[in-house]
Amino acid sequence: MVNLDIVLPSVLNGLTTGALYALVALGLTLIYGVLHIINFAHGALLMVGLYGVYGLNAFAGVDPYVALLIVPPAMFAIGYALQRGIIGKASHGRDENILLVTLGLSIVIENLALYFFRSDTRIVDTPYSFSTVEVLGAFLPLTKVIAFAGALLTAALMWLIMTRTDLGRAIRALAKERKGAALVGIDTDHIFAMSFGLGIACLGIAACLLMPSYYVSPQVGHGFVLIAFTIVVLGGMGSFTGALIGGLIIGVVEALGGLFLGESLGQIGIFLIFILVLIFRPTGLLGHRV
Amino acid sequence: MLEVSGLRAGYGAVEVLRGIDLSIAAGQIVALLGSNGVGKTTFSSVVTGLMRPWGGTIRFRGEAIGGLPARATVARGLIHVPEGRHIFPNLTVRENLELGAYRRGKPNREANIERVAAVFPRLKERFAQKAGTLSGGEQQMLAIGRGMMAEPELLILDEPSIGLSPLLVEEMFALIRRLADDGLTILLVEQNVLQSMEIASHAFVMENGEIRLSGRPAELMEDPELQRSYLGLA
Repeated sequence: MVNLDIVLPSVLNGLTTGALYALVALGLTLIYGVLHIINFAHGALLMVGLYGVYGLNAFAGVDPYVALLIVPPAMFAIGYALQRGIIGKASHGRDENILLVTLGLSIVIENLALYFFRSDTRIVDTPYSFSTVEVLGAFLPLTKVIAFAGALLTAALMWLIMTRTDLGRAIRALAKERKGAALVGIDTDHIFAMSFGLGIACLGIAACLLMPSYYVSPQVGHGFVLIAFTIVVLGGMGSFTGALIGGLIIGVVEALGGLFLGESLGQIGIFLIFILVLIFRPTGLLGHRV
Repeated sequence: MLEVSGLRAGYGAVEVLRGIDLSIAAGQIVALLGSNGVGKTTFSSVVTGLMRPWGGTIRFRGEAIGGLPARATVARGLIHVPEGRHIFPNLTVRENLELGAYRRGKPNREANIERVAAVFPRLKERFAQKAGTLSGGEQQMLAIGRGMMAEPELLILDEPSIGLSPLLVEEMFALIRRLADDGLTILLVEQNVLQSMEIASHAFVMENGEIRLSGRPAELMEDPELQRSYLGLA
């Protein structure tokens, strides 16, 4: 009954989607690990990134992959400014306030998008939108293969930043020990904003990789954030490797669920996993922080 | 090196420091003594910029530093090793030391790591280990080592002997004397009056947010009040 010729492409497809989920979750888990908050504006900011890629393409003819040079740095700047100018200032150091501030931000951003772009879904047309490549005998969309490679590269780059640079060490130090960080001369407000900026830059990269095979609408972020949140819980709150592995697992589960249960029920598996993790291993697969 | 006058500070409406005058000359070990809750840690926090002063002046090497944030005082070489260590438990011992030079001493980082390793051979064995897995004494060494990484002009050691076994306490005080012999200026904030007096060249005794007594340790030890309240002598 189980035909490997159908299952293998499905698994590969799931891995490519999962890598993108992982990228979104990476930003979420980084921000959680350092700032100890769930960024409710994550989905809205992914949407901003997607509109950025769409706008650059529609109005300036910039290819989504060329937009990698523009959108992630711009998203980094937006994230840095949001944390430093609004979230940090409005929260007065209380976590529950940060939660509400990010929730409020997401509402404002989404409604601005509705106002400017209406609720139409928009896509980017590229000459390679329908190209496929053969991987292990399965034909996969070229854009998804690129997205997979790009997401893994980004994860590797983030890992290098976190482990090999003073910025990364300062981020990890601040995540656990704010007073100690201040006493070695770390500018804590700056590093908080850098962490937020990096997390949002991940969304910018995800937006560039996603746009050629996906669409954008003002609500597009919701589905991603729900899944990213599941991944963060599955992988362990604040764990980088956990987010990566969790993302890939969720992608495959979703693809196989779609294959065996039908497209509309495909996501059942994700939330089944979510519930099982919460019951049996609430710290996640790799329950350590960054 | 450090001149503090009329320093006042507190939390909310509660005044903890009620006009502190204190000065430290270069090359000295100065002890700031007093029992729990008299404001010693508040004092070090205000001097390093973790808290803002309410009034008074703080001058460090001639420059007014009152109200500057910690990153600015660290950049000037005023290094505070806090009570409770506050090392980074999720980072390796080596990474902790590297971050000690985050704001100051970066050009000599590798050489200074070697220097710290020479002072604390036990830390060197644990370089690749997560700092959170160290014993209390090792964590205290790491906290001091991390402070040394910033090439301090003045090192504030807040309760370095707290929570250590008597043997380790001995070792800690011997180490502090050694650091001072190498030319480091140290403000030793302690409850441990006897051992601090032994190595300090000047001591201040704090009570209820004020400096109660100050002078050379040998003179202070003769003070009947100090004998009664801190040494348990009638």
